Amino acid sequence: MSSLYEKIGGEGAVNAAVDIFYRKVLKDDRIKRFFDGVDMDKQASKQKAFLTMAFGGPHNYTGEDMRKGHAHLVKQGLNDSHFDAVMENLGATLMELNVPGELIAQAAAIAESTRKDVLGK
Amino acid sequence: MPSIIYGGQSYQCKEHESVLDCMTAHDVTIPSSCRAGLCQTCLMQAVTGRVPEVAQVGLKQTLAAQNYFLACACYPEEDIEVKLPSLGVGKYSAVVVDINPLNADIVCLELSVGTKLNYKAGQFINLHKDTITARSYSLASVPEIDEHLHLHIRKLPNGHVSPWVHHALKVGDSVDISDANGNCFYIADNPDQNLLLIGTGSGLAPLYGIIRDALIQGHRGAIKLYHGSKTAESLYMSEELKSLAVRYPNFAYTPCVSGHSVPRGFASGRAHDVAIKENQDLAGWRIFLCGHPEMVATGKKLAFFAGASMRDIYADPFISTAKI
Ligand SMILES: Cc1cc2nc3c(=O)[nH]c(=O)nc-3n(C[C@H](O)[C@H](O)[C@H](O)COP(=O)(O)OP(=O)(O)OC[C@H]3O[C@@H](n4cnc5c(N)ncnc54)[C@H](O)[C@@H]3O)c2cc1C
Ligand code: HEM
Ligand code: FES
Repeated sequence: MSSLYEKIGGEGAVNAAVDIFYRKVLKDDRIKRFFDGVDMDKQASKQKAFLTMAFGGPHNYTGEDMRKGHAHLVKQGLNDSHFDAVMENLGATLMELNVPGELIAQAAAIAESTRKDVLGK
Repeated sequence: MPSIIYGGQSYQCKEHESVLDCMTAHDVTIPSSCRAGLCQTCLMQAVTGRVPEVAQVGLKQTLAAQNYFLACACYPEEDIEVKLPSLGVGKYSAVVVDINPLNADIVCLELSVGTKLNYKAGQFINLHKDTITARSYSLASVPEIDEHLHLHIRKLPNGHVSPWVHHALKVGDSVDISDANGNCFYIADNPDQNLLLIGTGSGLAPLYGIIRDALIQGHRGAIKLYHGSKTAESLYMSEELKSLAVRYPNFAYTPCVSGHSVPRGFASGRAHDVAIKENQDLAGWRIFLCGHPEMVATGKKLAFFAGASMRDIYADPFISTAKI
């Protein structure tokens, strides 16, 4: 049985999704402030890391990495509502790319599983 | 705390301190310019120890393979021994052929290089004033068209290098320059793609090279240039660009003036605002942004929001720092 990552379309899918997802995030008044001031190119490659992770692809991030990586954002007030906004943008991106609903649900579950770490709880 | 060995001395590198910062803090001078991992002036080589990958971003593969790295972008994770590049690595001697004013504060510096320098129009070289001071300048010349290298250098009144070019450098002088670097250049992979080029001030230099490169390679898609400045007088090469637009119907030139007095024939507003207003759907376009760092950052975002893919946005912010 092939993995979620393969079913979604692997690196090609990540590349297709990154522009759409990142554009949504930068335009989303609820969360865009967290992404201001970071160089767009560097940020775009981090978005790729995020999507690869959510698609169940190969990555080396641990829960501890997620905790450390977002700690400075938690200090700036990152909370559940912001996390929900990112989840929403992820779902909308995958719908736009016509990814089947059951695969979207699986990707959402992977992202959801990082909530505690991302929010430093 | 990893230690850095340089010139037989050992230095303790603090957390969040780059090799360049650590050396500077100990009064050791390493050539540097942008301090942002862009210009490659701070090139060093690791003799022992591993440098993090991010310290090699943008380096030619041959250099990366020999453990060269950028001191300003290197946050060591283990002990390393480093040295400055061997004399002559990536350096060329050039002779000043001509220095021509383009407007009141920009000159075109023409250099001839003995050994052939491999470059693409729009890349940049580092011009060395002396052994420790260098600045990056973009190539407006096209290897297939121009015999010499052409740089457009804007004078910053209190700068170290640009006033020297304007006032001290003379025809016949010898100067050291680096290899050409950077990825802001034309690639002929899609001759029908539309190109949008936005530049402020001497940010026209790379764009002028890229446009002529694209045209001689037979680019068929639209090529739209927006060149902006505060006043009409501080724009330059307008005649050349206008005649290029007459010769090539797919090339369009829009000079933009952001100040109050906007003469006839000029668009009113900042170059990136005018460009995005006139081209609202940039899906599938390739974008080039050069010049003022703020314009480049804003332009990137606007172009991305207008539908351009991040992959298709090429940018050279002309970052300048006050140090050395
Ligand atoms: C990739 C790249 C390509 C570049 N290409 C070009 C090019 O083609 N043409 C070109 O002219 N420059 C270009 N630059 C900028 C160039 O490298 C130098 O930074 C610039 O010439 C200033 O150097 P300087 O030694 O004269 O001034 P410095 O000694 O570096 O000092 C500059 C001083 O001026 C201040 N300053 C900064 N910006 C301004 C400003 N807009 N107005 C007034 N003061 C200011 C700084 O704070 C500092 O105090 C490029 C930079 C990069 C990174
Ligand atoms: C949904 C679960 C999330 C996952 C799986 C996730 C994953 C990641 C990953 C892998 C990185 C790259 C780390 C690196 O390589 O440096 C990252 C960085 C980042 N994330 Fe998240 N993230 C999540 C939620 C969020 C939320 C809710 C926000 C804010 C609204 C956010 C904002 C950021 C920012 C701003 C960075 C860049 C940090 C920096 O470089 O300063 N993330 N994230
Ligand atoms: S790349 Fe290090 S100083 Fe410019």
